[in-house]
Amino acid sequence: MKKILKVFIICLISQLATFSLLAGSDGSLEIKNKAKGQDKEVKDCFETVNRGIFAFNQGLDKVFFKPIAKGYRYLPKPIRSGTSNALGNLSNVVTIPNNILQGQFKEAGINSLRFSINSTLGIAGIFDVASYYGLKKQDKEDYGQTLGTWGINEGCYFVLPVLGPTTVRDTIGSLANFGGGDAWYNVTIANDTKYFENSDYYYSRLTAGVDFRAKNLEAFTSLENNSMDLYASVRSLYLQDRKRKILNSDETTETMNDDDWEEIDTQ
Amino acid sequence: MTKIKLISFFFFILFLNSISSAKEPSILITEIVNEASVILSSPDPVEAKIIRLNNIAENNVDINGIGMYTLGKYRKGLNEDQKIKYNKLFKSYFLKSFSSRLVDYSDPKISVVSEKKINEKYTIVSSVLEETSKNPEIKIDWRIYTKNPERPLIRDLIVEGLSLARTQKEEFKSILQNNNGDIDYLFKSLEEFIIK
Repeated sequence: MKKILKVFIICLISQLATFSLLAGSDGSLEIKNKAKGQDKEVKDCFETVNRGIFAFNQGLDKVFFKPIAKGYRYLPKPIRSGTSNALGNLSNVVTIPNNILQGQFKEAGINSLRFSINSTLGIAGIFDVASYYGLKKQDKEDYGQTLGTWGINEGCYFVLPVLGPTTVRDTIGSLANFGGGDAWYNVTIANDTKYFENSDYYYSRLTAGVDFRAKNLEAFTSLENNSMDLYASVRSLYLQDRKRKILNSDETTETMNDDDWEEIDTQ
Repeated sequence: MTKIKLISFFFFILFLNSISSAKEPSILITEIVNEASVILSSPDPVEAKIIRLNNIAENNVDINGIGMYTLGKYRKGLNEDQKIKYNKLFKSYFLKSFSSRLVDYSDPKISVVSEKKINEKYTIVSSVLEETSKNPEIKIDWRIYTKNPERPLIRDLIVEGLSLARTQKEEFKSILQNNNGDIDYLFKSLEEFIIK
């Protein structure tokens, strides 16, 4: 079964690679312009089911993630920063191959150096020693973003139990992690190494979830209190965030379509 | 000849005056942020803080413009009465949402980093909300409507690349789409939110 899955993913990736080749040398620019201009709508294909799963996730968050995240907040700041740094360092094993797949060779080099320095001198990434050497933290990348930069559309939007909002493209991207694309998964679960246990992978994923939730406690509460349709707000925020990450731009002018604003004249 | 000189001088003064009264968007944001910071760090009761924050919003935010943007394609189907009702409800909704989001912050430290003019109508002002023991550093961009340079108005807040106006627009769209585009249902939802 595992082999079939691997073959399927390899076929899929190679299929997608063909798309990227067809995009030509200015592919990334074309894709960027396309994304800027079109501002196309992402379909919420199974909205009724999605809303049900979303409600389930909300309940789970209320009884599990939120209380844990609140407790996590009581830990001293150096412990939280260290945990966050270590998790960020670990995410480099997915970011680096995606930097390469997206043609970001400079970022791949910086992240590789950061990973080497922080994993050794920074004691498993707890301390961000690399920043002291001028190697600043780079944006995280994943296989879903890589597919996006290759021009693959999102497909349907949907909500997964526990894991939350996603799209068909991002789910396919996540599958690549289990097909050999995530070195951390490979050394903990996929291969039987004597250094790591399966549980190391699950603990790291769970801690990453709690760390994220703890950093966004107030923002989530504010969103809950100020939304008339929380499901729609979360969907919008997720899709906006993915679009921004795929464009790899912090420039608001590059990620926002002004067309609708232009029509409104109040002065 | 003297008359012509006088008239030219008059127009020159008028021109200078129009330049001097134009407000730089980044200065507008710095002033608003400082004013909000003073209010939020004051010992005043929450209700008093909310009133003062709402005054800032009413003077510096294009609430009607945001309201129309938020309605998206549905704004074209409104008659005059519905438009008046919507603007009134949206203003109350916006101010409530605005102040309740802000009032949780005791003393936010926001510094303006840069500004970028997109076109004659818009400038984006970039700022940073400083890191606290609870929250990481947050990037906030402000979309400023500068069609009338003497009275620039805020039209959107983009937090870490996520537009609040767009999020609100998609929320309203979802409410309308799931209720056969019935604007009265949106009015009802807004009323419920306001009295909540």
